[in-house]
Parts: sequence; C-alpha cells; structure tokens
Amino acid sequence: MTNILTLQQVNKIYQSGGRDLKVLDDISFTVEAGSTMAIVGPSGSGKTTLLGLCAGLDRSTSGSVELNNTRLNDLNENQLAALRNRSIGFIFQNFQLLPTLTALENVMVPLELRGEKNIRPLALELLEKVGLANRSHHYPTQLSGGEQQRVSLARAFSNQPQILFADEPTGNLDAETSEIVIQLLFDLNRQAGTTLVLVTHDLDLAAQTQRIIKIKGGKISSDEKQ
Amino acid sequence: MKNNNDYFSFRWLLIMAWRDSRRSRSRLLLFISSVILGIAALVAIYSLGDNLTENINRQAATLLGADLEISSGRPIPETILPMLDSLGTDRSEERRFASMVYFPKNGGSRLAQIRALQGNYPYYGELETVPEAAGRAFRNAKAALVDQTLMLQYEANVGDSIKLGDVTFVIAGVLLKAPGQTGISTTVAPAVYIPLAYLEQTGLEQKGSRISYLHFFKYGIKENVEESVKKIKPRLEAEDLDSKTVESQKEETGRSFKDLTRFLSLVGFIALLLGCIGVASAVHIYIREKLNAIALLRCLGVKSTQAFMIYLIQIVGVGFLGSVLGAILGAVIQQFLPAVLKDFLPFELITSLSWAAVAQGIVLGTLISILFALLPLISIRNISPLRVLRASYETSTDANDPLRWLIYLVIGLFILGFTYLQTRDFKEALAFTGSVLGAFLILLGMATLLMRLVRRFFPTSWGYVWRQALANLYRPNNQTAILVISIGLGTAFICTLILVQSLLLNRVTLSTSGNQPNVVLFDIQSTQRQPVLDLAVRYGLPIIQSVPIVNMRLDQINGYTMADVQKDTTLRISKRVFGREYRVTFRDSLTSSEKITKGKWIEKAPADGPIPISMEEGFAQRNNLDIGDTLLFNVQGAPMSTQIASLREVDWNGIRTNFLVVFPQGVLEEAPQFHVLLTRINSTQSSATFQQAVVRQFPNISIIDLGLVLKVLDELLEKIGFVIRFMAGFSILTGLVVLISSVLISKYQRLQESVLLRTLGASRRQIFAITALEYFFLGALASVTGFLVALAGSYALARFSFETEFTVQVVPLLTVIFSVIGLTIAIGLANSRGILSRSPLEVLRQEA
Repeated sequence: MTNILTLQQVNKIYQSGGRDLKVLDDISFTVEAGSTMAIVGPSGSGKTTLLGLCAGLDRSTSGSVELNNTRLNDLNENQLAALRNRSIGFIFQNFQLLPTLTALENVMVPLELRGEKNIRPLALELLEKVGLANRSHHYPTQLSGGEQQRVSLARAFSNQPQILFADEPTGNLDAETSEIVIQLLFDLNRQAGTTLVLVTHDLDLAAQTQRIIKIKGGKISSDEKQ
Repeated sequence: MKNNNDYFSFRWLLIMAWRDSRRSRSRLLLFISSVILGIAALVAIYSLGDNLTENINRQAATLLGADLEISSGRPIPETILPMLDSLGTDRSEERRFASMVYFPKNGGSRLAQIRALQGNYPYYGELETVPEAAGRAFRNAKAALVDQTLMLQYEANVGDSIKLGDVTFVIAGVLLKAPGQTGISTTVAPAVYIPLAYLEQTGLEQKGSRISYLHFFKYGIKENVEESVKKIKPRLEAEDLDSKTVESQKEETGRSFKDLTRFLSLVGFIALLLGCIGVASAVHIYIREKLNAIALLRCLGVKSTQAFMIYLIQIVGVGFLGSVLGAILGAVIQQFLPAVLKDFLPFELITSLSWAAVAQGIVLGTLISILFALLPLISIRNISPLRVLRASYETSTDANDPLRWLIYLVIGLFILGFTYLQTRDFKEALAFTGSVLGAFLILLGMATLLMRLVRRFFPTSWGYVWRQALANLYRPNNQTAILVISIGLGTAFICTLILVQSLLLNRVTLSTSGNQPNVVLFDIQSTQRQPVLDLAVRYGLPIIQSVPIVNMRLDQINGYTMADVQKDTTLRISKRVFGREYRVTFRDSLTSSEKITKGKWIEKAPADGPIPISMEEGFAQRNNLDIGDTLLFNVQGAPMSTQIASLREVDWNGIRTNFLVVFPQGVLEEAPQFHVLLTRINSTQSSATFQQAVVRQFPNISIIDLGLVLKVLDELLEKIGFVIRFMAGFSILTGLVVLISSVLISKYQRLQESVLLRTLGASRRQIFAITALEYFFLGALASVTGFLVALAGSYALARFSFETEFTVQVVPLLTVIFSVIGLTIAIGLANSRGILSRSPLEVLRQEA
C-alpha cells in the first residue's frame, strides 16, 4: 500500500500575548491510501490544528507535510486551493453549507469549480444516496441539522476526493441522527475507496476506524492500529 | 500539476455571484442607495448645464434684445454719431440711471433704475408687461412701465401715476421681464421704463449725473454683425465705448452659468462622496458577515482572486443599478431645478433630458461605488480557509496591505481628475480635493473627539436606559462615524449659511449704530446744496457729512496713454485704470475712516507744479501705482496734472462716502460738481417723511437708507440661501439614507439585543426608549459636530474676512440642530419598527 499523507517532524507555533505557544510538537506519521483513521484528544490538544495542516488549510512552522506525493510547504495559496479542489473533501462540525445556495447547488460547487459539465445528475445521485433527493431545492435554513450534514457529506464526495477530512462530524447532532450520518460516511467512504481522517472527541466513533492517533499537549501520545 | 486557471471560468463566477447575492439583494441595493442621491444631484446638474447651454444658444438674441449694443458712461461723442447711423437697419436709444420714484397715491418713494427708451427695442423678445400691449404702447405717451416688485411694494395699480423728477407719468403697465433681467437684478435695482422724449422734462439729466448711454442696433438677415463690429472696434475703443453682440453676450452668459453649474456639481459631488463612504462602510459589514462563506469556498478550492471576484461582480451589479436609479431620480429632480434657480436666470429655461448627462452619471456612479467598495473587498484576498475550523481565527491585519494604499491613491486621483474635469484648472482641482479631504478629516476628527468625550464623561449615575442607548453607538461594526460626518456636513452647510447671513446683516446694522449715518442723499446739485441742508436742519437732522464730488477720467499715467499701454504690454499698467470714471472729492483733512500708510497728506494744493493727490492703498497696489507717479486727469474737458503724494488705508465698512482719489483743497472748488449728504434719522417714520419732502422739492436727488440696504441684502441672501439649502439638503438626505441603510444592516444584531433584553425582563417601553435615545445621541452628535464646524468657519470669516464682531443668532441655529435630531430619531425609529414588535420566540425559530 502507498502512503497518501506523510508528516515529518511537524511543529506549529502560534504567537500569543507576545509569547510563543507551541501547539504541535514534533508530529510525524504516515497515512495509507484508502485507510481510515481518527485523531482523538482533549480540547486544546491540537487536533484541529493538525487537521488544518494535513488538509493544507494552514502551514506548519517547521517540518513537512506531504499529501499525495506533493509537499504542501512548497505550494502557494492558489496551488493549495487547486489541490484541495482536486484531492480533498471536507466535513465540518457545523456543516458549513453556503446559506445562499440550495442543497443541490451546494453539492455541485466543487465540480463547478473544476469546470466539469453535466454535473447535475451526479449531484442528484449523491443527494439520493444520502436520502435527500426530494430536498434538493431547499436552502440550508430549510433543512434540519442532520439533513444539512448529509448534504455536506454529498458535497464532500462530489469531487471524488482521494482523502476526506472530517472535523467532529457528529458534534452538533443528536445520537440518533449521528448514527445515520456516521453510517452514511463510512458507506460512502467504502464505496469510493477514499482515505478518511476523522477528528473527534467521540471514542465510539473513533473505534470504527482502522487506526487511532491520540494527541495530548501537542504531541502524539499513542498510535494504535485496530 | 494542473494549472489553477484551467477551471477558472468567468461564467461560473457570474453564477456564484448571482447565487451568493440571493438573500442579500435588497440589502446590497440598500448599501448602494446612499450613492443614488449623489448621482441624482450630478445628473440633474449636468443636465441643467446642458440645458442652459442649449437655451443660451437659442435665446442669446433675446438676452441682448438686439444684434449689437454700444454703451458708454458718458454721452456718445457727436463725432461718432454718423458712424452709428450707418450701422444696421434699425436703432434704438436708451439712457439708464438711478433715481427716486415717487408714488403720489401713498407718498412712497424708492430708488429705482430708470430706463428712458426710444425706438423699437427689444428687437428680439419682448418687454413682458401686464397688460401685454403696454410694452409697446407706453412709448407714445407720457407713460411708464414699473417693475412688479415696486408695484407690489407701493400697492400701485395700472392707471395710477408716478413722479420722476418734474414729470408725472401714468403707469401703463406692470413690467414682468426685460431682456437680460434676472430676479436678482430686479431685487437690487427694480426698473422703470419711460419714453426718452420726456427725459429732458424730468430735469433728471443734469451735469454730473451718472447716466449710462446705450444704443441698440438691429441688423438685416444677411448682414454679418461680427464682421461689422470688428471693423468699427478700434474706433469704439478709442472713444472708450463698450460693445456687445449676440455672440459676446452668449459667451458672457455661458461663462457665468458654467461657474454656477460647476459650483453646484462640486456640491453634488460632495454628496456623492459621502454616499460612497457609506457604501464602503456597508460593504465592510457585508463582507464581515460573509467571512464564513468565503472561507468555506476557499476550503473547496476557490482561489482568493476568484472569491474576490464573486463579491466584486455583486458590487458592480448593484453599483450599476444604483447609478441607473440615481440617473432616473436625477432626471426627475432636473424638472424642478429651473424653479430653484429662477431668480438667477435671465431667460425661461426649457428643460429636456440630456442623455449625455445620464450616461455620465451612470458611468461615474458605477466607477466610484466600485472604487470605494474595493477598500473592504480586497480584504477577501486575505481570508484564510482555516476560519472554517476556527471561528475565532483572525486573518492577519491588512492595514498595511500595499493594495489598500494603492486604492486610496486611485480614489484621490479620481477625485482630483473629476474635479479637474469640472474646473479645468489643476490648482483649483487640487485645492478642492485638499479641502474635501481636509473637511472630512476635520469632521471625522471632531466626531471622534466628541464621541470619545461623551463616552468618557457620560455620567455613570444616569439610568440604565440612557447608558445602554449610548453604548449602542459603539457596538461592533457601528457606522456612527460616517453618519456623524454625513449628517454633520449637511448641518454645517445650513448653520454656516445662517451664521454668515446674520453676520452680514449685523455688519450693516452695527456699522450704522450710535451716531453713524444711516441715510445718504446723492446727486445734489451745487445750487441745491444749501436748500437741502436747510431742509435737513428743519427736520432736526444732523449733517454728518456733506461732500462735494467731481467726476473725471484718467488720460495718462507717467506720460503713457491707454493706446501706449495697449501697444506695450511690458508697462505693467492695467487698461481698466483708463476705462473708468473717477468720482473724486477734495478736502483738507482725513476722515475717521482713513489712515495714511505711505507718503504725506497734503492739505492745500501748491501754487504751481503737479497737484498732490492721495490714493487708496489697495487700488494703487492692484494697478501698480506708487508715490511719485504722475497722473493726468481730464475734468470734463480740463486737463489736470497730478502726482501721488500719499497712500491711504480706507475702512469701507458702513454707510459713508469713501474715495479712491482725494484732491487737496484749492483746485476743484470751481469744477462742475454734485454733492452727497450723510445724515442720521432715528425712526422709520421720520425717515419716510423726510424722504418724501426731499423727493417732492428736489426730485433729482436720490436717497439710500439703511432700511432699503437691509431689505435688499436680506432678499438677496434669501435667494442665494435657497440654492445653498437645496444643495445642503442633498448632503443631509444622503446622511439619512446612510442612516436607514445602517439601521437595516444592523437589524439582526439589534434584534438579538432586543430579544435578549426582553428575555431578561425589559419592557417594550424600555426597549423603545433605548432605541429612541440611541438615535437622539446620534442626531445630537452629528448636528453638534456640524454646528461646531460651522461656528469655527464663520468665526474665522468674521474675524479675518469681514473683520467684524462675531455674533450668533441662537434661535434659528437651535431650530436647525433640533430639526436634525428630530429627523434622525424619526427615521431611526421608523426603520426599527420591525425590531421592536418581534417576539423572542420568532427570532429563535429564525435562528434555527
């Protein structure tokens, strides 16, 4: 198996109140293509920062992040944007749908950005897969939290990403809805063969992945394969 | 790696801009509404400018009333009359001078401009009268046309009579309009037409009288007036005669109206700039609300420039739409401008829509709203996709973004460029841009200072409702500063107008307080001098000054004649020095309003050598004259060689006689002269009886009293003030539109605040009070800022320009301040109705 994501001695330091605050300290790991893994840890441990670095949303202070054999440190903002559009999918805790776009349009955006044609059938198919074909013309405010997260799932898979980053995907949902969304997430992931990197507090959710990396105080405290 | 540009599609950007704007279109339009008024003002004024040019071109002949006018301040020399006879196909003659008109019906009298006319003038246009036929008929009878303001003032009717000098004329008609006359000119000098044939009988045409002699010519259709004038010009100049043709009149009128529309368009441009600052501030808030959506788009792979373009396209769209709406409104307003400006126009203005003005307004509006919106828009480039994960993630501060400075520069250049296009004078454009920037900075500085002071020294013991209302002005994303600036600027305009108006009126009133003279009698012939003095004494009036005046012209300066000066431009002598008539007095002492600044005051002329004269300092400086220069005067035919012996500083304030040139005693005593008498009459009633007595006994003597000066000044200021108030209105309205847009933009925030307060137990009344007080503070801050700026400006004017005591009329100013506050509260509350009446539950649902 090939590695899709490689982190080597990654450090992230923020300036806070005139002092350096080391949020990530010497993080190194690799992720195999097509695998699933979870990053867990208490609040403030650096999970989200790590996810941001892996997905090319932020830059490390030192060390290197390699995604799909491309060193993210060497890319400029626009190149990173193109990479995200081509290879990465995102799921967020607060869904992050564009409020002015309908469910269908939200799903179409990544494909439109690529300049692809005839994308409506694919977007509709994805909405159907998440059970929202009949809500395709509804705006985010007209959808419940669970429905919004399902739209965001459809959007995340629409550009057939090689790696999917999910930040607390069930954090804003009740238990029952969480169950449905998680089921969908893993099903779609399996079908598409996408690598999945999850950041979560929820140990039950983490347990469903193949590997769990625990972060504490900005360092990896354990790295277990299941 | 695949190039990012591959998936860059402008079409997609358009679609995204359209989609993203879906829920904000009305709000976007609201942002842009603040420029609508500015655009409307400009389109209306440009259109007016185009219409004026068109009307002047069409009506130029009726402005002059003839093809050619030749005029002079003294009788046309006999030698030139044969030449005049050869011009054109028809000729009319007019003599114009100031004299008292006496209304026997009620004993009223007033100074008017008498026009004694002979011939068929005007050849183009009409003397508009009621009844209509009177305009022609009066010429054949002992009849007069009397200006309608005079008729109204003295309650005279057609058929009544007026007395001019020794002759009584029947009023044949009410004069509504004469060629070239404006509302302003009739205020200053209402006209009375009489037939020239009766002028001699009136006895008003005496030596020393200040009469203008005019000749009007009509040319045949095929004759070329310009060519003909070109031929006779040298002779006319040699005889010191002025000429006017339709073409030159067109140019002159066009020039003065260009100045007017230029001034108005600059005031309109200020309203537009205020609106643009409103746009920039509203777009800033809009972008802040869109931060998450932008960050998410960035996560999904949208380039920073693409994200920027999505919002730029929206602004271009609404900017264009706003400008179109502004242009439509401008086209409507333009229909009312002729009414606003009617007192300034010497012709009837026919308005038509100028498409050039509309296009200009739309292009200008779109460009300038984009330019100002760019300031907040460029921050989109720096929004990190990481915001999606961390709401608190702050994008690095972009205050030092070089692009921001570039935009400031472009805005500055744009203002400069626009102003240059209006003024065609780089220095003026630079001064205007600098002044606008300075005025905005002063207003901003004043507003900021006032806001800080209020916050700092606000009594903490005041009730919660007051403190909360004040705190609301400082809520995040507030637009308090721009509101204070725009409403404040409008207030400043109006307050300055009131302050300067009272300043000018005060100045005249003050200058005649105490024992200063307030009535002037002039054109007193030498033989009438003693009887008039006796009359004044009989009425118990003090003779404050009795001054002889001798009219003369200047023939040479240091040996150079006007012809020499025209030939040799290196002489640095102004041609105008020769063209004018000098009214000179002679005495052995200085008056209280004079002071020698250079040279020596000579009391009595020496037996031989040039006559030592004294010249007013400013006049000497303007014309490059100094001590020792020799001047050859022509005193009604007799040459008089003089030399400047002293320069005087003269205080021109007040009603008294002041002179550019003063002769010593012992030279002019026997020259043809007339006299001016200054006295003081304390009551209006005795002033009227005295004037009546003078006019009855000495009909050629003219009288000016303070009451008349004040009345004329007041009417003039009222007319000019109307135009300024009209333009200030645009600025205040823009401020109020920005206010409406700001209230609506912050509606959600206000809704949340109000819901939270309701949840915490605040009554509807308390919330209403907080909201009303918030607008009260805003209105008060704005109007007081404007008032303070106006106060400082007017004080500087009073102190340095008018050099008079500074007084403030409290009542009208308080009225303005409270009106502005009241308007702000009313508009604020009207737009907050929705907020006050919403139930908390509804809001929670909406939030879900």
